[in-house]
This record gives sequence, structure tokens and C-alpha cells, in this order.
Amino acid sequence: MCTTCGCGHGQTRIDGVATRAPASAAGFRHADAAVAMLNLGAMHRHAAAHAHESPLGAVHDPATGAERIVAIEQDILGRNNAVAARNRRYFAQRGILALNLMSSPGSGKTTLLVRTIDALKARVPIAVVEGDQQTSLDADRIRATGAKAVQVNTGKGCHLDADMVERALATLAPAEASVVLIENVGNLVCPAAFDLGEAQKVVILSVTEGDDKPLKYPDMFHAADLMVINKVDLLPYVDFSVDAAVANARRIRPGLPALTVSARSGEGFADWIAWVVRQRVDAVEARPGAADASRALAAGQALDGAAAVSSR
Amino acid sequence: MHEVALAEGMMRIVADAAARCEAARVSTVWVELGALAHVEPQALRFCFDAVARGTVAEGAALEILTTPGVAWCMPCGTQVALARLGDACPECGSHQLQVLAGEEMRVKEIGIA
Repeated sequence: MCTTCGCGHGQTRIDGVATRAPASAAGFRHADAAVAMLNLGAMHRHAAAHAHESPLGAVHDPATGAERIVAIEQDILGRNNAVAARNRRYFAQRGILALNLMSSPGSGKTTLLVRTIDALKARVPIAVVEGDQQTSLDADRIRATGAKAVQVNTGKGCHLDADMVERALATLAPAEASVVLIENVGNLVCPAAFDLGEAQKVVILSVTEGDDKPLKYPDMFHAADLMVINKVDLLPYVDFSVDAAVANARRIRPGLPALTVSARSGEGFADWIAWVVRQRVDAVEARPGAADASRALAAGQALDGAAAVSSR
Repeated sequence: MHEVALAEGMMRIVADAAARCEAARVSTVWVELGALAHVEPQALRFCFDAVARGTVAEGAALEILTTPGVAWCMPCGTQVALARLGDACPECGSHQLQVLAGEEMRVKEIGIA
């Protein structure tokens, strides 16, 4: 800290839940420019030629004294998070359940989606945002089910962001009280950092990938609200322990709910569909002005969803 | 390599602030990265240098302040330090930990000329 003016970092104190406020409050106290704390971009002038240490130890050179420090205090993901909040409002106002499905490439996300749509489409409108670097192969597979789908090609990008989803929604125009399934770019790292405005993040782990993945890619499992272990029909042929995978995931995210399914054989699919239907009931009931009618609708569809699964 | 997207986010914040201040040049950018934040600092440096090229922040020094990870240990009922996701409570060895701090990614301030 500067002993002349009191400015500087290194004063960050973490005080329980308030993770950011202490840093911003302590970081920029400045005797001759207290207003710097009040306005974004307000000037924090170092007019006096006092040699001093900058926040991180770099020297504010008094000889060149022209450098001014401007307080910013903005989240790097702030813009994404603002758009995600807008998406979340969009979904909430329409009683739409939005799920962000994330996994490595080849975990069976699209197969899981296709089977999910087949199980639900007669009762619940479903729309899909497909994220891939290139091609519309996945959106084509989804459209073949009859569901609406928009393909987002990220080009060199490794993840979907909230802005891409907002633009996709403008094209997709999902129905009220529908389910929007967002299939993120196949990648167990980058998508975890970006809020899209979804209600829940679902991470899909296939048994061919190894039960230690949660430990190797903790950010993804830390961000997840549900883990779906897919391809369990292959368990006899691979060294994968479901118990170990779940235990590893819960080392990263205590209490993380987990389901085991095979999108190919249908094993365990009833539990997955029941989970989706439960989330959707919550989304419909949370809609502003949701009345008895929508509750009845949701309840009816919950029954229908269960029936669809039990018939498999 | 989502650090490209993060660097672009940083650059937008820095450019906006520099424009508000009518700065000719940004000499230093201070960012705060939590120890548990979803970012690789070296990759962020590389990407920031790349996205800053041709902008008001070209060649700016990137100063990274790492803030510690903090979790609430449920069995201990207290706050503990957490260096990495997946680590156990240093007191009791439990993984029943809820992250309280250390996921920050913020532009703190910039030095302008």
C-alpha cells in the first residue's frame, strides 16, 4: 500500500460470503480522491511526485508521473452474465425450462437428446440450441425428430456464451411452457465458465471416458447441477466404477445428484425423463401469473412423461 | 481456450474505461483472479497480449493479483483455505466443502497515460 496516499491492492480481505465487496471497499481508499471509489472510471490522480508501490508491486514511476490509475472493479464475465440474466428472464416469463447440457465430445449428448425428445415430444414442446464448432449435423439429427432446432456454429470458439444463446432464441422462438435443451460445444473445460441463463447445468459423463474425469476436470463438475452417467450398457466392457465416478464428483461438488442411463438401450431413462419433467413443472409454476390452469397442465404432463417412459 | 473470450471481455472493459478517460494509452492492467477461478493465468496473459494488439492497451503490462480460495467446511462448521477444487478440508479431511471465495475474475484498475 502507498504510505503517502493509502491507495493500493493487497488489502483484500475475504469475509465469508461477501467475496467481492471487501476488496472493492478496501482497495481504493485514497485521501485526496475519495470520489474515485464512487464512480466507475473516476480518476485516481497521482499528481504528486511520490515514489510508490503500485497495487501489485510494480512501481508507479514518479519521474513519469503522468500515469493515472483508474478504478474499474468490473467482472470480466460481467457482460456475459448480464446477457445470461436477460435470457433467464426470457425463460422465466414464458415458463420455459432451459437446460445447459455439457460434456466431452462423444459422450452421447445428441443421442440422449434425440431419445429425450422422442419420449416427451407428444406432450411437451421441445426446442434445441445445438452448439458445435462446425456443421449442422447435430441440428439435422434433432430436426429429424420433429423438434425445432437452431445450430450455433462457434467457428474457432470452444463454448457457447449467453449472447449466442440470446441470438439463437430470436430464431428459435420456443413455445410458452416448452423445454429448451441447449447442447453446448463438446468440451469438458471451457463451457463451465459461461452462464447461459439456463435453469440447470447438466454434465454428461460416459463410461468410456473414465471414472476419474470429475477430478481431472473439476471446474465442470463444480458448476454442474446434475451428473448423468451415460452408456451404462457398456459397463461390462470397460473399467468404470459408477460408485467411484459419483464419489469423485461429490468430492468436487458435495451432494451432486447423479443418474445412470443408456441413451442407446433406454436403461435408466425413466429417471432422467422424470427429472426433466419435475424441473419443467417448477419452471411452469414459477411463471409470473401462473394460475391453476398451468399447474393442471404441468401435473398432467408429469403423468404423461412417466407413462411415456414406462412404456419403453 | 476460453481465455480468448475472457481476454476479449477484459479488453472491452479496459477500452471503455480508457475512452471515458480520454486516455491515449493504457500502460498497466490490474486483474484479480481467484485461486479457484476458471482461468489459466498464463493463457490469459498470452491471449490478452494478442487481443490488445492494435488497441489503446497494446503492450500494456498485465498484473495479476491472485486471491485465495476459501470454503465453508460443513463438518468443521468453519471457514477453511482451499487451494484447489477437489482438495480436502485441511482440518478434518472432509470434502464437504462449499466454496465461498476464490472464483473472482475482475479488472481492478488500469494505469493510463
